[in-house]
Amino acid sequence: MHILMGLLCGLTFGLGLVISGMTDTRVVLGFLDIAGNWNPALLAVMAGALAVTIPGFWMLKKRPAPLLAKDFFVPAKGVIDRKLILGAVLFGSGWGLYGYCPGPALASLLTLDWQPVLFVLAMAAGMIIESITGKRAKP
Amino acid sequence: MSGLLLPLFGGALIGISSFAMLALLGRITGISGIVGSVLTTRDGNGWRWAFLAGLLLAQPMFYGLTATPPPLPSDAGMLLTVIAGLLVGFGTRLGGGCTSGHGVCGIGRLAPRSLAATATFIGTGMLTVFIMRHLVGA
Repeated sequence: MHILMGLLCGLTFGLGLVISGMTDTRVVLGFLDIAGNWNPALLAVMAGALAVTIPGFWMLKKRPAPLLAKDFFVPAKGVIDRKLILGAVLFGSGWGLYGYCPGPALASLLTLDWQPVLFVLAMAAGMIIESITGKRAKP
Repeated sequence: MSGLLLPLFGGALIGISSFAMLALLGRITGISGIVGSVLTTRDGNGWRWAFLAGLLLAQPMFYGLTATPPPLPSDAGMLLTVIAGLLVGFGTRLGGGCTSGHGVCGIGRLAPRSLAATATFIGTGMLTVFIMRHLVGA
């Protein structure tokens, strides 16, 4: 059941990215280019998504458990630390250089163009490097 | 305004998917977290692999059904592609999330950390585009 639901949610998520134009790096860079011919599409995507998640997640707060699992796996509210901000700065600069964040890069993978394939390989490498260096940094 | 209807609708689908993941499986839909987990951990990743399979299949399904071509890939070169991919991979894991995990789900939970992260990566993204397009590329 978890597998089927995961698949359906992934499919819905991917369709959302494709339909909204987020798999087009030009649309995303057009949003980030405030000094150019600004494209508000990404703002509309965020608004459409948050219009569902803000009230939806608020409703779920009152439930003791999700329908198909024992517990909610939700990160504890932590502090805004250097790691969070440094990570966001590095991610934002890579995003601004290219126009892919992780979702659209993956959703573009099966075009089999070399660009998304190479991007996803480099992204996976970056994640593995972070995992290794992150473990080492812990005492 | 009519140009924003599809982005709004697509965004709502992303929101519905994220809501269903939390309501059914109790999971936060963070793409970088899902990919990071399948790359670095072994157990309990069934739903993650299934989600990723769906995410990958959406695009060929959509363009197959509508018989339209997908958007052209970026015209950036190989070096820039690798650098950007490394930064996105490393940065999203260090910062604990990306546009989905922080931007859609974290702000959806009104988490201050996610608001700060989202403001930071959008701001840095805008600064990077400004430098690349209007200072370097001008």
